[in-house]
Amino acid sequence: MATSPDLVPTPAQTPADPLLDVRDLHVEFRTRDGVAKAVNGVNYTVHAGETLAVLGESGSGKSVTAQAIMGILDTPPGFVTRGQVLFQGRDLLTMSAEERRKVRGARIAMIFQDALSALNPVLTVGEQLGEMFRVHRGASRKEARAKAIELMDRVRIPAARDRVRDYPHQFSGGMRQRVMIAMAMALEPDLIIADEPTTALDVTVQAQVMDLLAELQREFTMGLILITHDLGVVADVADKIAVMYAGRIVETAPVHDIYRAPAHPYTRGLLRSIPRLDRKGRELYAIKGLPPSLLHIPPGCPFHPRCAQARGRELCRSDLPALLPVVGGRASACHFWKETLGDDNAAADRAGA
Amino acid sequence: MGRYVIRRLLQMIPVFIGSTFLIFFMVYALGDPVAALFGDRAPDPATAAQIRRDLHLNDSLGEQYLIYMRNIFTGDFGTAFNGQAVTSLMGSAFPVTIRLTLVAVVFEVVIGIALGVVTGLRRGRPVDTGVLLLTLVVISVPTFVTGYVLQYIFGVRLRWTAPSVSPSAPVGELLLPGLVLALVSLAYVTRLTRTSIAENTRADYVRTAVAKGLPQRRVIVRHLLRNSLIPVVTFIGTDIGALMGGAIVTERIFNIHGVGFQLYQGILRNNAPTVVGFVTILVLVFLIANLLVDLLYAVLDPRIRYA
Ligand SMILES: Nc1ncnc2c1ncn2[C@@H]1O[C@H](COP(=O)(O)OP(=O)(O)OP(=O)(O)O)[C@@H](O)[C@H]1O
Ligand code: SF4
Ligand SMILES: [Mg+2]
Repeated sequence: MATSPDLVPTPAQTPADPLLDVRDLHVEFRTRDGVAKAVNGVNYTVHAGETLAVLGESGSGKSVTAQAIMGILDTPPGFVTRGQVLFQGRDLLTMSAEERRKVRGARIAMIFQDALSALNPVLTVGEQLGEMFRVHRGASRKEARAKAIELMDRVRIPAARDRVRDYPHQFSGGMRQRVMIAMAMALEPDLIIADEPTTALDVTVQAQVMDLLAELQREFTMGLILITHDLGVVADVADKIAVMYAGRIVETAPVHDIYRAPAHPYTRGLLRSIPRLDRKGRELYAIKGLPPSLLHIPPGCPFHPRCAQARGRELCRSDLPALLPVVGGRASACHFWKETLGDDNAAADRAGA
Repeated sequence: MGRYVIRRLLQMIPVFIGSTFLIFFMVYALGDPVAALFGDRAPDPATAAQIRRDLHLNDSLGEQYLIYMRNIFTGDFGTAFNGQAVTSLMGSAFPVTIRLTLVAVVFEVVIGIALGVVTGLRRGRPVDTGVLLLTLVVISVPTFVTGYVLQYIFGVRLRWTAPSVSPSAPVGELLLPGLVLALVSLAYVTRLTRTSIAENTRADYVRTAVAKGLPQRRVIVRHLLRNSLIPVVTFIGTDIGALMGGAIVTERIFNIHGVGFQLYQGILRNNAPTVVGFVTILVLVFLIANLLVDLLYAVLDPRIRYA
């Protein structure tokens, strides 16, 4: 199988080595029905202080990639079968279990979608926050509680001193997600992975929670991987975007370029399928067909059964397009990316150059 | 919380009255207690009539019940067939059965939970399949069979323990009977723990605990076990009442002079005061155990709030 080496270019403004460098990551789930190839050669990098937004339909492998980076994959059935996860230059996948545990939570933290189920229902939030300091820093019970209150203040939970004794179910959805953020922030990690951090929240508090996350990220110059379906949020906070399809990255680009002119037909479909103010009244576009079964990913370009641009071309059905640099610090995994760029608008000029 | 407890205590009154009446009625329907008192010999008609009068047996069922209840509230549970006060039988029988039940509960907790945790964490492995099979066997074989078999093996053949428990029923002699009494519940505790652990290992909060970089031990004990054992603890709580009632078979096998033994004697002799008295206390124990379990549940799971 043709998989691309790490050719995703890093933005020019950050010349330093990346904080996180995921290379050719493969994950499969060995289930009773067969082997589901959930991640098939993902490459992406995140620098300190940078936000990478990961987009893609449900089941495209966004969460599984994150779990593999964190080392919290369900094993079995999930296995990392190939690749490297370089964090500050060291491969997490070859570390000892104990070394890796020390990285988890302390250097790389994760924020989950549904804080109600992600927090332990029978422990107070104070205990759950303080646990970070007790385990990783050897803090006393009292110190841990003080730290927990401090954290709750930092994420602006009112009356933190009293609420530290409350249980997760006693908080509102927004406040609960703040607790999750506080827990991720506890040891001031270098990288945070937020897996749809606002999806489970009321629309009214989504923005507040997202703002808080973005603010903390700036304050501590952390790297942030933001998995989301909300393209509005992406435009506001992300520096670059990686679009996933069937366990692969099909396009990466600095955030604004991709909105102007996507270089992959799938990205274009995704962008067209979001409601936009300037196209009000028009019918919403939907990519036709369904994502492929991960048990039987189509040969050639995995997107070809749904791709309007393939038009029965033999190349699309036979050859897997590698993720290759196109223009302006971008990469696309489409044989006919020029056509895609040209299709859309004036960017065609640059593409042709 | 206080109001909830009071309401629950009040609810016990009708349950208490209903169940005692039902038992009273059933014993009454068993037949003539006077005839049973004399066994095969035909009693002297004058004596029989005298006893009938003393026991109010000529009154209607309702009246008898009322008289009985009035006596209970003055602490008079009547006289057993052998002339002893039922209360004095209770005084000797309940401590023995309580001791037996406690031994059984300890087995349930220690062995049942340990097996459940091990199998729950190693689903599909040989240990798991083996233990699961064993619990199936234990559940499907009647207690009196396992009881007699174990008594024969350990008491008669190997002589590790006395096959018949002495009247004082010291804890050492109650180990084997306690195990027999516990076996079926123990198998259920194992299965319940296993299922609960298996369900919770996939829970999001366990994944969060791992993502926090907690050592595996802490993830299992503080996060996984703490949650998984909630249903198990409540099961064991409600089981205490059932164990005390179910001790009849075990007590017969090992000749233990506990509640079951006295109840058996009472039924054999159609002695209403013994049967109704003992069962009434068992009903009370059951009701109170249930209330305590519900309260314990609220302590273990902060999401439960009673009002
Ligand atoms: N525990 C698991 N067991 C078996 N298969 C799994 C498991 N977790 C994930 N998968 C497989 O991996 C695929 C990708 O899942 P993933 O959760 O990464 O999707 P996603 O991109 O995060 O989607 P969503 O937007 O719905 O969160 C799923 O379609 C599923 O087939
Ligand atoms: S390679 Fe072919 S099928 Fe795949 S996205 Fe490009 S045009 Fe469509
Ligand atoms: Mg997901």
